[in-house]
Amino acid sequence: MPTSMPDDYYRLLHDLQAVDFVLVELTLYLDTHPTDEEAVKQFNHYSSERKKLKKQIERSYGPLQQYGNSYSATDKWNWSDGPWPWQV
Amino acid sequence: MWLYEKKLQYPVKVSTCNPMLAKFLVEQYGGADGELAAALRYLNQRYSIPDKVIGLLTDIGTEEFAHLEMIATMIYKLTKDAKPEQMKQAGLDAHYASHDSALFYHNASGVPFTTAYIAAKGDPIADLYEDIAAEEKARATYQWIIDMSDDPDLNDSLRFLREREIIHSLRFREAVEILKEERDRKVFF
Repeated sequence: MPTSMPDDYYRLLHDLQAVDFVLVELTLYLDTHPTDEEAVKQFNHYSSERKKLKKQIERSYGPLQQYGNSYSATDKWNWSDGPWPWQV
Repeated sequence: MWLYEKKLQYPVKVSTCNPMLAKFLVEQYGGADGELAAALRYLNQRYSIPDKVIGLLTDIGTEEFAHLEMIATMIYKLTKDAKPEQMKQAGLDAHYASHDSALFYHNASGVPFTTAYIAAKGDPIADLYEDIAAEEKARATYQWIIDMSDDPDLNDSLRFLREREIIHSLRFREAVEILKEERDRKVFF
């Protein structure tokens, strides 16, 4: 079911999508330019930025990934809680 | 192993319920040059391509699944509030009769998805040229859908996808050059 989420959720999600866009672009670029050290440096920088953002989102809105790549809430299994990406 | 992340690669908003646009968009869901065909094509080619480009095929193939989810989200949002009468007017009557509002992997003319869309020649250069052509065809399809769409929010997401096809095409062209260089280095006299 479509859900209405607070503005903060959309802002954080937008920030993560922006950082991830940089990472996708750098990944594909490095796949064909593997010796570009400056690009590798940028990649590692944004990779650590993404980790911070992921943690921040998950603290308020639950796990982004599963199979153990995100922590579950302690009181219950909250992976199955919405909203799913197409519902927001 | 693949990992799912509970977020879209790029935001998808639609301005109004518009099943007609959903009918066009399904071309990129289950059509010959759509995102499903692209994902399956690249991931399948990895097993017979030289090591130097396996990473690229893996990463582009994976990104195509993110695009597939964006297309699904567009179709879902464009049709979720549509009444049967609106589905009928949009030419989705046959779809509605068989699938209700469920998504189905077929093209804009209702032809079910087939693996015949997925080329795999086993020749690295032939396969990469196929991939470049696939990206250019997908780019053209996005352009034509944008030309027919009057939904500014939807067009923003479609423009993002169109740009991704351009980048993928560029990277595949670079992969061809990498393989040609490697091939030429292996010639001994």
